[in-house]
Amino acid sequence: MEFAELIKTPRVDGVVLHRPFMPTVEGTLCLTGHHLILSSRQDNTEELWLLHANIDSIEKRFVGSLGTIIVKCKDLRVIQLDIPGMEECLNIASSIEALSTLDSVSLMYPFFYRPLFEVIEDGWQLFVPEEAFKDLESMTDEWRLSEVNKDFSVCPSYPSLLTVPKDIDDESLCKAASFRHGGRFPVLSYYHKKNGMVMMRAAQPLTGTNGRRCKEDEKLINATLCAGKRGYIIDTRTIAVAQQAKARGGGFEQEANYPQWRRIHKAIERSNVLQESLIKLVESCNDQSHSMDRWLSKLEASNWQSNVKEILTTACLAAQCIDREGASVLVHGTEGTDSTLQVTSLAQIILDPSCRTIRGFEALIEREWLQAGHPFQQRCAQSAYSNGKPRSEAPVFLLFLDCVWQILRQFPCSFQFNENFLIMLFEHTYASQFSTFLGNSVAERVKLLLSQKTVSLWSWVNRPQELERFLNPLYEPNNLVIWPSVAPQSLQLWEGVFLRWNRSTKCLDEAYQEMVHIIEYNKELQNKVNSLRRQLAQLETEDSPLQTP
Amino acid sequence: MWKIYLDTFKNCNMCFPPQVEQVKLLDRFSNKSVIGTLHLTATHLIFVESNSTSAQEIWILHHHIASVEKLSLTTSGCPLLIQCRNFRLVHFVIPRERDCHDIYSSLLRLLRPVSYDELYAFSYNPKQNDQQREEGWQLIDLAAEFERMGVPCDQWQLTDVNREYKVCETYPRDLYVPITASKPIIVGSSKFRSKGRFPVLTYFYQEKKAAVCRCSQPLSGFSARCLEDEHMLQAISKSNHNSRYIYVMDTRPKLNALANRAAGKGYENEDNYSNIRFQFVGIENIHVMRGSLQKLLEVVGTRSLSMTDYLVGLENSGWLRHIKAIMDAAIFLAKAVTVEGASVLVHCSDGWDRTAQVCALGSLLMDPYYRTIKGFMVLIEKDWISFGHKFADRCDQLDPDPKEVSPIFTQFLECVWQLTEQFPQAFEFSEWFLIQIHEHVHSCQFGNFLGNSQRQREVLQLKERTYSLWAHLLSEKQNYLNPVYSPSFAESHPVLEPSTQACHFKFWRNMYHQYDRSMHPRQSILKQVLTFKESNRELEGTVQALKTKLQKFGVSTSPLKPQTPPRDRSLPLRPQSLILGAPLLSRKEVQQEEDEEVFGEEAREDAPASTDGERTVEGSSATENGYGELTGSFGSKNEPAVVTLEFGVARMTC
Repeated sequence: MEFAELIKTPRVDGVVLHRPFMPTVEGTLCLTGHHLILSSRQDNTEELWLLHANIDSIEKRFVGSLGTIIVKCKDLRVIQLDIPGMEECLNIASSIEALSTLDSVSLMYPFFYRPLFEVIEDGWQLFVPEEAFKDLESMTDEWRLSEVNKDFSVCPSYPSLLTVPKDIDDESLCKAASFRHGGRFPVLSYYHKKNGMVMMRAAQPLTGTNGRRCKEDEKLINATLCAGKRGYIIDTRTIAVAQQAKARGGGFEQEANYPQWRRIHKAIERSNVLQESLIKLVESCNDQSHSMDRWLSKLEASNWQSNVKEILTTACLAAQCIDREGASVLVHGTEGTDSTLQVTSLAQIILDPSCRTIRGFEALIEREWLQAGHPFQQRCAQSAYSNGKPRSEAPVFLLFLDCVWQILRQFPCSFQFNENFLIMLFEHTYASQFSTFLGNSVAERVKLLLSQKTVSLWSWVNRPQELERFLNPLYEPNNLVIWPSVAPQSLQLWEGVFLRWNRSTKCLDEAYQEMVHIIEYNKELQNKVNSLRRQLAQLETEDSPLQTP
Repeated sequence: MWKIYLDTFKNCNMCFPPQVEQVKLLDRFSNKSVIGTLHLTATHLIFVESNSTSAQEIWILHHHIASVEKLSLTTSGCPLLIQCRNFRLVHFVIPRERDCHDIYSSLLRLLRPVSYDELYAFSYNPKQNDQQREEGWQLIDLAAEFERMGVPCDQWQLTDVNREYKVCETYPRDLYVPITASKPIIVGSSKFRSKGRFPVLTYFYQEKKAAVCRCSQPLSGFSARCLEDEHMLQAISKSNHNSRYIYVMDTRPKLNALANRAAGKGYENEDNYSNIRFQFVGIENIHVMRGSLQKLLEVVGTRSLSMTDYLVGLENSGWLRHIKAIMDAAIFLAKAVTVEGASVLVHCSDGWDRTAQVCALGSLLMDPYYRTIKGFMVLIEKDWISFGHKFADRCDQLDPDPKEVSPIFTQFLECVWQLTEQFPQAFEFSEWFLIQIHEHVHSCQFGNFLGNSQRQREVLQLKERTYSLWAHLLSEKQNYLNPVYSPSFAESHPVLEPSTQACHFKFWRNMYHQYDRSMHPRQSILKQVLTFKESNRELEGTVQALKTKLQKFGVSTSPLKPQTPPRDRSLPLRPQSLILGAPLLSRKEVQQEEDEEVFGEEAREDAPASTDGERTVEGSSATENGYGELTGSFGSKNEPAVVTLEFGVARMTC
């Protein structure tokens, strides 16, 4: 297919662009295969380059022959284009609609994007499971790397290499896989160096209504317990939801069959509920006419903050079991690809200081989200402005980022990255020139030959000139477990994302810049003092023999 | 230190147990508790933790105590719940009921002083001599402040009509009125205004010669009018050549103003006053505000509060709605003055609550001076203290009438805080300054806020017998500085134009939970940046000293780079609010607060040896946060470790 077929009118002059808190720009609108571009031919005026993939939905309005297109983006921005001429406007609108809803992955921009920078460190090679396993091996010899899923046949959503207990052979893994939803048998998620406790993740067991059991599954998870120790199973669903799952062949671990495990049910919402929550939240954030009462009641009704609190609480609970109770933990929900990953990844941020560095956080996303088979492409197909029928869209990863931001706010000196880093990740999960978040699993990404044909987000982000704006100037590494407060008074609406386009951030940006400056100046002064001291010491030693012959 | 106070106590003839041992202090939100000894002195209730290693002390000034409640007896003792005006809530369990009762009744007597002489300010002595004290009181000079605004001038003059407090006893002696307002007009007008509070100048916007005036409601009833009062408004209007009209802002909801008419009060009839634009702005009265705060505190004081209950409670309390209403009114005022160049007359009923809020906040929006530490003191001194905001009644200082108590001043401080969140570089001070002022408005430790009016303060001879808070605050100014404050911001933004969208108003956790450590960020950006700034100052000194030394060796050194941020670089996006951090506690408690830090055992083990006290992860512990759900046990008694559960907080027992 040629993009040209979809572009009915490639350019229109005299288009006026309105953006919140920015001056209007008049210029020429151009449509290309992947971008909507508005350029005023004046110097010094910013151009608008918008990826079609970033467009969530559009609205058309006409006043006489002047058409207006409201473009609502997946990064939650809303812009307005005034287009003279009804026909041009209609053409542009239908072209944008077609181009922003292309179904085929291989037509996505990452397959056409050629980086303007030299790839020094290939992001595709950065976080390979073998490397992570080497680290684990240096701490314990209880685990092995299994190739049982090398052709993705045992579990299509798992990567080819999986860390499993040493004593469990591949055959048992296959049997355990057949007992778990989607073949997602329990695998290692995190090893807590301090006490050797582990966190595993899986999908729900397929007990069904007649209480099926699977010896291999029991053996597999029991193998992770030390002699005489017990563990916790954290089911991210309420007991009622877990019970209902039985009717559809799913279920939960029966006490009788897993006597060494204690099950705890939490109530993290399922993905379709989360999507609705996001839509409601964004709607209320964008309505500037709300009275205080209406705003608070809308915010409450969206349930977004409740979701943040619930996810964070569950993650803290998992971390508490591991660090404080000295117990191993198995986390699962239904499919094990959404709430499970929110919990396991957040628990690691709480427990493991290395996850709070930039590299460590990237590795965590790679390990616990990309390789663990979070279906990014499905979940991020549409964002808060989608007016079509929701399929499997859900802001699961955005909620994870929101929770990280909450922890970052409470421990502002414990993270190597700043809020911008999290916002950047949010943007790239929904629309990007990089392909890191394309596809729904490792298997799909391998099939698409992403690592050969496209550029990884990490190849770009990790360049020093890009990293600079993601570094937290207040960062001071510490090796502590950081326990966030989950009281509602301690959790805040993530303004950087949800109110980002509804306010002028100039004053806040300048204040941040001033803070950065104070800290940089401190470093500069320290260097100056050191060099002066050295200079002085040198002079004094040179002088002293003369003075004291 | 408490021993000193015990000595003072011995001199006082009251019969209560000087100390009670084995008292349990329960944490408000978790299930933690500590054992200690309770001491009662003439001025403070002191709890000293028994554990010698971390022995924390909690000092509660009697004046801070809003209520003491004896709950019903439990197996472990008699619970005593103490609620403070600075939003501290302590829950003691006293082993013997008799002791509890004694403390309870002693406290009841102590926290109801019957005369001003019993207030702490009259016994507080910060070891200063009379001269220092006098200097403290001279720090703020309102005559100089009006001069700074450009008053007196060709249109405004100082009047001596109230020199003897004869015209209005709740106003200060020195008042500024239009040149054309003669004494008979003033006196006539004052007779037509509630409590004689006739229109006077409170702020003069020199650039446009526009005035902000304040008064109380007119006694208009259904049809009464007063020519002198009409003349008075006309005089105000005429003094400003930039505008043909003046705004009259009635800060009450229309319904309240209407109701007042039945009592012979009311509002200005536009037909009787030429060239006025009358406007209601709808700020609720003191009773609604009192109820609102009470509801808010109830909600946020709930244990294991759910997000839904929190947000619904926040909405139902109406607190943020009231804050927004005050802010909206102040913005209206500032716009009328700075954009239209019109003079504005502000009133409510008596003109000392809502009027003070709106005039003070409006002036702060218009004039960068009030956003400095000194300027903010001046502003409070002018619009609140001198114009007779009834601090004694509103803050329940003496002989309390519960119907007079209301958090009007707290709301003003909160509005300022909301502004600091939107304009982090506009204010010389940080929120710690606001919190500290709030603390002392209720502490009765300094003379500034005692009494209800200037006249009463003179009768009490406060300047001779007590100390000024402002001198005290200035002496520890470095604690209250906003590290990212930029004086040049004032030049580029002389008038602040805050957003009043509902979503930009936040719950002020650091005020209303200032003593609930588990709620706060565990690392404070504010503290951290202040430390850097302080260190920069020291390093600059060191660099100079080293250079001088080097010069002795005949080495010439390049001058230090000037400290100006490289503005040419494009600004990176900003991560979140800069104003984070636990509030600074009163001096006494700073030390003990540090002792109070409870590190998780593991956290302490892991802490790198080099970590300095300031920068560790403070008080972060899993048990403090109660993530819930670890309920029940394995049920096997043979287990070496059994998880027992107490209110959702897991504990290991053997």
